[in-house]
Formats: sequence, C-alpha cells, structure tokens
Amino acid sequence: MGGSGSINAGDTAFVLMGAALVLLMTPGLALFYGGMVRRKNVLSILMQCFIFMCLIGVQWVLFGYSLAFGPDHAHLFGGLSWAGLRDVGFAPNPDYAATIPHQAFMIFQAMFAIITPALFIGAFAERVKFSGFFAFALLWSIFVYDPVAHWVWGAGGWLRNLGVLDFAGGTVVHTSAGISALALAVLIGKRKGYPHQPIPPHNLPFTVMGTGLLWFGWFGFNAASALAANEVAVNAFVVTNTASAAAGLTWALIEWIYRGKPTMLGTASGAVAGLATITPACGFVGPLPAIIIGIAAGGFCYLAVTKVKARFGYDDSLDVFGVHCVGGVLGTLAAGLFAEKVINAAGNNGLFFGNPRQFLVQLVAVAAVLAYALVVSIIFYLITNKVIGMRVEEREEEEGLDLSQHRESAYGGESE
Amino acid sequence: MKKVEAIIKPFKLDDVKAALTGIGIQGMTVSEVKGFGRQKGHTEVYRGAEYTVDFLPKVKIELVVAENKLESAIHAIRESAQTGKIGDGKIFVYAVEEAIRIRTGEKGEDAL
Repeated sequence: MGGSGSINAGDTAFVLMGAALVLLMTPGLALFYGGMVRRKNVLSILMQCFIFMCLIGVQWVLFGYSLAFGPDHAHLFGGLSWAGLRDVGFAPNPDYAATIPHQAFMIFQAMFAIITPALFIGAFAERVKFSGFFAFALLWSIFVYDPVAHWVWGAGGWLRNLGVLDFAGGTVVHTSAGISALALAVLIGKRKGYPHQPIPPHNLPFTVMGTGLLWFGWFGFNAASALAANEVAVNAFVVTNTASAAAGLTWALIEWIYRGKPTMLGTASGAVAGLATITPACGFVGPLPAIIIGIAAGGFCYLAVTKVKARFGYDDSLDVFGVHCVGGVLGTLAAGLFAEKVINAAGNNGLFFGNPRQFLVQLVAVAAVLAYALVVSIIFYLITNKVIGMRVEEREEEEGLDLSQHRESAYGGESE
Repeated sequence: MKKVEAIIKPFKLDDVKAALTGIGIQGMTVSEVKGFGRQKGHTEVYRGAEYTVDFLPKVKIELVVAENKLESAIHAIRESAQTGKIGDGKIFVYAVEEAIRIRTGEKGEDAL
C-alpha cells in the first residue's frame, strides 16, 4: 500500500521510542502487581504479564494487527488481508499515520495489544490455573481486543466513524480489560481466606518501582499516540503528567484526612488511576481540566477500591475494575466534557465547549465496549473453565502458584 | 551445661552480643522470629483493608554455657537487652544433656 507524503524522521523516532516506552510498561505492570501479592505467588504474576510480550508479540504480527487495523469488514473487524504483515511495509499508511512508516505504527500498536490483557490478571491473582489463563488470554486478545481496537481506531470502525474521542485507549484498553476483570473475579471466586484472613502485599517497593516505570512509560502510551512529534503530543504529555499528579495527591490526601496517614500504596494507586483516566482524553483536553480529571480519578477510584469492593464482596485482588474500568469510563466521559477542538483539530469540542453530542458519543462507546467485553469474557471463561479449568486446586493455591504452576521459587528455594 | 534462650528486641542484638563476648562467651546462634507477650501489635492499611498485626519481629539468641558461667550470662543479657519498656523480652534456661564438637569429637564443656 503506497502512501503519498514523505517520512518524517522526528515523528518516526518519537513513535519508535514511544513503542519502547509502552513495552516497558508491561514489566512495569508486572512489578506493580507482583509486589502486591504474597511471596509464594510473585513469579506467577510476573509470568502472566511477561508471557504476553511473547504471545501477543507473535500473534500481532501473524494476524492480530490485521484483525484490528486491516481493511474494514462490516465496521466491526479488520479481517486477515494483512496477516503476516502483508502490505504492511515501510511506506506510511495515511489512514493511520501519514508521516511514519506503516510498520512503525504497527509495532507501536503491538505494545498496546500486549499490555491490555496483562491488566486483567489482577482479577484472578493467586488462584488462576496457568493453562486455563493462557487459553482465555489468547481468545480474549483475538475476540475482544482486536475487534474493539478496530471499532475505535480502525479505518472504517463504527465508533471511529461515530466520532468517538479515545486518544490512547480509555475504551480499548482500560474499560475492556477492567470490566472483563470484574467478570473474571466473580466467576473464578474469592481467594481462600478472603476477606477474613489478611493478605498483605509482600514487596511494596516492587509496586512503587512498577509505578515509576508505568508513569514513565505512559508518556509513550499517551504522548506518542499523537503519532507525530507535534503540539498534540506535547499536550498529551503535559496533561498525562498533570492528571496523574493530581490523582496521586488526591488519594494521598483522602487517606491522610480520613484514615490518619497517607500510604505509599495509596499514593501509587492514585497515580495509576490518574494515568488510566487521562488516557482517552489526553489528546483533547487542557491542563486545568486535567487537574479536575485527576482529582475525580483519585476520588472515584478510591471509593471503588475501598468501599464498592467491600460492599459487594468480590475479590478483584489487584483492583483492576476499581482502577482501570472506573478510570477508563470516567476518562472517556470526561473527554466528552472537556475536549477542545483548538487543542486537536482532528478531535472535537466536548459538552463544556458547546458540543453536547460528543458526550453522547462517548456514552455510546463506553456502553458498547462494556457490554461486548463483559459478555464475551463470560462466554470464554465458561468455555475455558469447562475444557481446561480456570482455577487451581485448593492444595495448589495453598502451596502457591510459583511452585504449583511453574515449579519455581522466587527468592531462593523457600516454601511456605 | 545449660542452654540459655533469650528473646530480645532486634535492635538490641549488637549490644547483647558485645556483652556476652565481653564475659568470655565464645559462640551463639541467632534467629529472626516473631512473637508477642504483653506488647501490643499495630494496624496496617492496604487500599482501605485494615489488618491487625499481633506478631512483632524479635530476635532469639541461643547459647550453651558451662554452669559456672550461667549467672553472668543471664546478667549480661538482662543488662544489655533492657530498655525498660514492655516488649524487652524473656530468658529461658534449659538443662543440656550433651554437647559435642563436630570437628574433633570433644564432649561436654570442652565442646563449648
């Protein structure tokens, strides 16, 4: 597929580096999650994140990219004409990014496809069977991530055509993974001993290290989604930092005021909530709205994680729903409120800038992704559970997944 | 021969070790343990979930001494491990049936 328009070195360098930053977020996520589980399960978490780098790294090239971004079929998916990266060469594809090689766009998108399913492992942490997880994850990537990416970002995708504003993945990444996580947590059931037995994090320094890598990498996730080194990228960079700062501060202050002391885990969680929430909006909203969005993220996600979870009693072990689903939905709707066309001419104005229709479009997108991801996740869980089994035996859960699923010990040969 | 087992606050370990070697004790075994007596634990909060932690980190020192060193060993431990606050710990004394040096086969007080 030839493109007119020459390749811009600055844009290309930026997107390639952005892709590398997003890839780094997957091991960052692994540390973020890994620190929160018990010692005996840390390797299982790291493995469930890392494996996606390997699995989706291959799947994307073979047919994932084609399904997500290939020539449109019924506005729902991309088909297989670009399988094996056929027709995905170095000339730019102006449907997606006019100034960078098509493969640069492809590999940038690969990193999003890799990290998205890694988000929901938090839902079934410490009790999932690796074989069942592996099968479910592959099915989810093919039948949830790839189509939804097509709807929102693919040329011909129905939500893209509707004019949805999702700059870097509020719906495609956070909402879809987040709602799937809720379904998974409920279906797989609570961990043994939850909630009466305390299950404190075993290594919060890992969690903090992971948060740092995530925040850093998120500049690739959000700013490089401009697919060019331009003003929109700068805007995305600025508001990403601002929103997560506001969110982390908010969570810390809530804890300080209402629980007496600000915690490291809370501050880190707040920052991540802010990052997730600003993701769909970052290419469209300004810095002051970003502060408001960050405060809302810190507040709503705090409530979701501490109050809603306790009230309904589901064991979403690492708070994927509370942070990513709530954050993703909040951010997507916020884009419908605060978007300004002056920031991004390819975007639109939101409700607060005279265009109420945008808010409705955002609502439609959120509802569609929530419904689809939820239903398909439930179906795939039931199938995989029946055929392979999704939960380990009680004995294996007590022994720890590192030993029972991987025959490995993280810290030198000890067992519980 | 007697075995002296002392549970102390972890930060007191260096002081206790110095006090014991000061009276001629030549060896001891130390382990990190958890425990509680009258000292209260604390609460920790993780994303809103509050846990009460009763067990506090302590250090256990074990040493075997000749009978004539027993009183001075106990005195040395008490002096150096004291803070005057609840949680200072306890000392237990046991009778030892035999002691053997692995390298040479020496027995009894010669093995200490």
